[in-house]
Amino acid sequence: MGSILENFTSGIIPMEAYIFVSFIMFFSGIYGFLSRKSLLMVLISIELILNSADINFAVFNRYLYPEHFEGFFFAMFTIAISACETAVAIAIVINIYRNLNNVEVDSLDELKEPEASDEK
Amino acid sequence: MQYTLLILLLPLLSFVVLGLMDTKWKARVAGSVGTLVLSVVAALSYYTAWAYFSTANVGGIYQKIVPLQTVWMQFSGQLHIDLGILLDPISVMMLVVISTVSLMVHIYSLAYMKGEKGFERYYAFLSLFTFSMLGLVVATNIFQMYIFWELVGVSSYLLIGFYYTKPEAVAASKKAFIVTRFADLGFLIGILILSFYTQTFDFGVLNSGNAGIFASASGVTFMGASVLSWAMALIFIGGAGKSAMFPLHIWLPDAMEGPTPVSALIHAATMVVAGVYLVARLFPVYVTYTPDVLHGIAYVGAFTSLFAAVIACTQTDIKRVLAFSTISQIGYMMVGLGVSGYGGHEGTGYMASMFHLFTHAMFKALLFLGAGSVIHAVHSNEMQKMGGLRKYMPVTHLVFLIGCLAIAGIFPLSGFFSKDEILAATYMYSTGLGIGMSFIAGLTAFYMFRLYFNIFWGKENSYEHSPHESPLAMTIPLVVLAFFSFFGGLIPFGKFVTSDGAAYTGETNYVLAIVSVLIGITGILLAAAMYRKKTMLPDRVSQSLGFIYQLARNKFYVDELYLFITKNVFFKGMASPVSWYDRHVVNGSVNGLAVVTQWVSVKIKGIQTGKVQQYAWVFLLGTLLMAFLILFL
Amino acid sequence: MSPLLIFVLIPLLMMIALFFTNNRKQVNLISLSGSLLLLLSAIALVVLFWRERTAGNTAQMLFAADTVWYREFNIHIATGVDGISVLMVLLSAIIVFTASLVSWRIESMPKEFYTWFSFLAAGAFGFFISIDLFTMFFFLEMSVVPKFLLIGVWGSGRKDYSAMKLVLMLMGGSVLVLTGILGIYYLTGAETLNIVELAHKNIEQPAQSILFALLFTGFGIIGALFPFHVWVPDGHSSAPTSVSMFLSGISMKLGAYGAFRVAICLLPEGAHQLAWIFLILSGFSVVYGAFAALGQSDLKYINAYASISHCGLMFFAFLIFNETALTGAFLQMISHGLITALFFACIGMIYSRTHTRLVSEMGGLMKVMPFIGVGFIIAGLASLGLPGFSGFVAEMTIFIGAFQNSGELQRWFTIFATASIVITAVYILRVVGKVLYGKQEHQAYDSLADAYWWERVTMITLIAAVVLVGTMPSWFSNMIQDGLAPLVAGLVK
Repeated sequence: MGSILENFTSGIIPMEAYIFVSFIMFFSGIYGFLSRKSLLMVLISIELILNSADINFAVFNRYLYPEHFEGFFFAMFTIAISACETAVAIAIVINIYRNLNNVEVDSLDELKEPEASDEK
Repeated sequence: MQYTLLILLLPLLSFVVLGLMDTKWKARVAGSVGTLVLSVVAALSYYTAWAYFSTANVGGIYQKIVPLQTVWMQFSGQLHIDLGILLDPISVMMLVVISTVSLMVHIYSLAYMKGEKGFERYYAFLSLFTFSMLGLVVATNIFQMYIFWELVGVSSYLLIGFYYTKPEAVAASKKAFIVTRFADLGFLIGILILSFYTQTFDFGVLNSGNAGIFASASGVTFMGASVLSWAMALIFIGGAGKSAMFPLHIWLPDAMEGPTPVSALIHAATMVVAGVYLVARLFPVYVTYTPDVLHGIAYVGAFTSLFAAVIACTQTDIKRVLAFSTISQIGYMMVGLGVSGYGGHEGTGYMASMFHLFTHAMFKALLFLGAGSVIHAVHSNEMQKMGGLRKYMPVTHLVFLIGCLAIAGIFPLSGFFSKDEILAATYMYSTGLGIGMSFIAGLTAFYMFRLYFNIFWGKENSYEHSPHESPLAMTIPLVVLAFFSFFGGLIPFGKFVTSDGAAYTGETNYVLAIVSVLIGITGILLAAAMYRKKTMLPDRVSQSLGFIYQLARNKFYVDELYLFITKNVFFKGMASPVSWYDRHVVNGSVNGLAVVTQWVSVKIKGIQTGKVQQYAWVFLLGTLLMAFLILFL
Repeated sequence: MSPLLIFVLIPLLMMIALFFTNNRKQVNLISLSGSLLLLLSAIALVVLFWRERTAGNTAQMLFAADTVWYREFNIHIATGVDGISVLMVLLSAIIVFTASLVSWRIESMPKEFYTWFSFLAAGAFGFFISIDLFTMFFFLEMSVVPKFLLIGVWGSGRKDYSAMKLVLMLMGGSVLVLTGILGIYYLTGAETLNIVELAHKNIEQPAQSILFALLFTGFGIIGALFPFHVWVPDGHSSAPTSVSMFLSGISMKLGAYGAFRVAICLLPEGAHQLAWIFLILSGFSVVYGAFAALGQSDLKYINAYASISHCGLMFFAFLIFNETALTGAFLQMISHGLITALFFACIGMIYSRTHTRLVSEMGGLMKVMPFIGVGFIIAGLASLGLPGFSGFVAEMTIFIGAFQNSGELQRWFTIFATASIVITAVYILRVVGKVLYGKQEHQAYDSLADAYWWERVTMITLIAAVVLVGTMPSWFSNMIQDGLAPLVAGLVK
């Protein structure tokens, strides 16, 4: 454990490695967001995207501007906000479930105007 | 002579007061006010005439006097519309004619219109008409004339449509206004062209003989005629409309739907001669610069005269006979002007035309009022319902006979003198035209006495109420007018009214005079033979003429032609397509625009599926595309 | 603060006062006193203006005042009047006064009706007193929106459709106007929006022509120039009487006034360049409107098309570019405003009694309602250009002025346009003959009431104004020439 940490701090592990991880996380998140039918899965995908962004914040801060801390702060902000957001989203999901008895994304097109021919 | 302003202002005042008072006054009060005002106006007019003819003659030539002139509207440049009073021999003569006839009609109407609903309105309109007509004749410039021209048109409209619940009267009033309005369009365009080139409206300048003011128009031609000819011809069209020249005559016979005194005032004596007056007013311009137009006027007048005389021989409504006779006589006046030259002996036609205008106003007003008296007694306009009235209405009979003799041109009544002068001038111009005019004179005598015999002689009808002589208020004007009709011819007219203002006495052509009288007597005898007693002769004559008779009886179908044109060309051919076009094409294209917008929005709406993941796809692809563009381009 | 803003403030105060009313009597009291106050202020303005001029004040705009509103874009509340705007304010005041009287007994929601109507009036007055392009546009827009409500709520017939169409088309016009205004602003260096100052600046060709086309078309839509007139027939016929009076009496004049003040005066070269197109359109408009009026059977449609015809004449006269024709154009604006208001007032009175506007349904009304009948006939005769009424003076000034132009096209089109006086006579007399004269169509019409006092006041006011313009035209033309004199030098070539 100690050596890994040491390698990390001394820059043995290259930055690209972290970015690669966050890259994979980000696109699996996007893939999940686009392809999953369940709202919960979509939500989890969003979390993945957010977390990949957090990693990037931390990594860039550490590697490029080690004397500053904005990146870490932003990462923490994001974590806090995503927590709130998830709470709200789950509340919405529960409400949707109560109303529609399912949590499929495709069934949520209530806002769309129904097809009708208007008079001029 | 600033008091002449009162001649105009008093009738206007009377119109405003009577119009505002409307039904608040008793009929008798309204009538008395109108008549009283008119008596003052007539007195002032006579005084003006006396004062003018006794003082305005300087060096043998009557001067033009402009006692009042004010700029009504100033345009930029030199053009301005003035309102003023112009006194010269013809305007003074017209003042006398108008105020005399108008006064007689005012008195006559007191009895004739008694008990009619809207009696006050009638007198208000009469005052309005008198005001407009007086304003027209004293106009100092062509635009003032146009202003009053329109006003007489509208007073005529209001008076013809006096019985506004009668559909025929409404239609007739509409027709009169629109036909004359159409002619006025020509007048207006003529004024526009004339003022564009001369930069003036003023009669004084136009008639001054100064060639400089027409200089800018010289050499400008349009479709083969000089632009000045076009202008003067268009102005004549205005005159032709008011004076009911062919083919704009169709409104006048219908105008007889109005009350009979109105017909006497407007449609016999004053307004219908406005066209003649207009040509006479601009006579120096016509004769000097556009003689071609003047000759055209002569032929239009001659044709109209013949045309109307032929129709008059076949009509059975006595007022319509008189209406066609009026058209025919105005044609005479136009011929007189058309064949005239300028100054001295050459100008006989001008003098004769004005003379005939004067005498005609008297005897035609007399005839109309006489006819009114007959209608008042019989309650019908149709000849068939009359006959043998001479026993019941001796005064009317006598004055009507005087009127008929005057119009037939029998010596020594007034019509003889004026008509003879016109004939003399016409023969001087062209023998062919002269013979034509003599023939018309014979026709005139014939149809007038056809009318006379049918009313007062012939078979006596069985009347429901025995006809009776009209009250004094009606017979006094008749007698006065009969007096003028009888002796009016003895006025040495050439001393007062000539084309150049210099006095002139024409030598009488005895041969011509005797021949004309003989022609007149022939016409009378023919009429006597046919209509004095009830015979089969008229029917046989009309049958033998067959087709021609039918044509004339139906006024040569000119009305039907107009109706066809207005209905099929104007309404069906223009108005309906335009409104259809507007509602469907112009409006439709705007609605179409709305429909297209809606259609597009419906189509685009499909993209908004409401599915979050589809949006995300688009978003993602868009981002990638942007990234690609930014990185690689 | 400019004293002229009183004309905007009075209607706004009326709106506030109306908010506190709770019955019809109070509403009537406030609308009457407010509009009367406006009328008196307008007359006072005329007197003050005249006194100032005779005292030798030769500034182009009198009572001018200028308050900075938004410095970054040089937007000022700039107000001022010359002879033309004084007359337009007077016209607006007369029409607002009479229109408020006509709706005296409006059935539903009088309070809201008069509130929106006051708002409309504020916009119109503001437009005429502004000399800043932005405030002009501001007030122009202000007078558009209430129309939607006034027609949509208080209208008749296909009111939703008409209200939507009218507002959309007017907004469309506004878009073009706004584009043009921005174009002028930026191409003159973004220094000022004041029309007096802008007149001294020059915009290069071809930008001038493009801007002129935008602005003239935009104002043309508002002023019902063919072929952008389609909102007029529907809008007028659906609107309640007083709004019809306002629409044709003032609204259409906003378009014409703007077309002259902004499009022609600020872009003279563009105007000369493109005059022929609009000359043909407007000349055509005159005859076209008259013919279309002939083919209608609804009284309001007839008058709407008549308005198109008469307003076409104003645009036609603008494009002649000489002082006489321009004078005539403004006389025509005043004259048409008054006559058409009188016409719509009479039509409204007849409609409120017979509940039909179809000509064929009526007849013999003269006997039943002589006062309204006489008013109707006077409106008709004035409209067909009878001397003694304002229409004659205006039309003749335009015709004479237009014919003095030496261009062949101008003179031919003048002759073409004069034909309208005959067609006008035909449709007016047809209507008068059918509606007022002849036999009565329905027995039920026997018991209809003649004009009430507020209707009499309306008609007498308008008739008096029409006669005043018709008999004393030189006073009015002097006022107009007072406004034209500084402008015309830049226009006439």
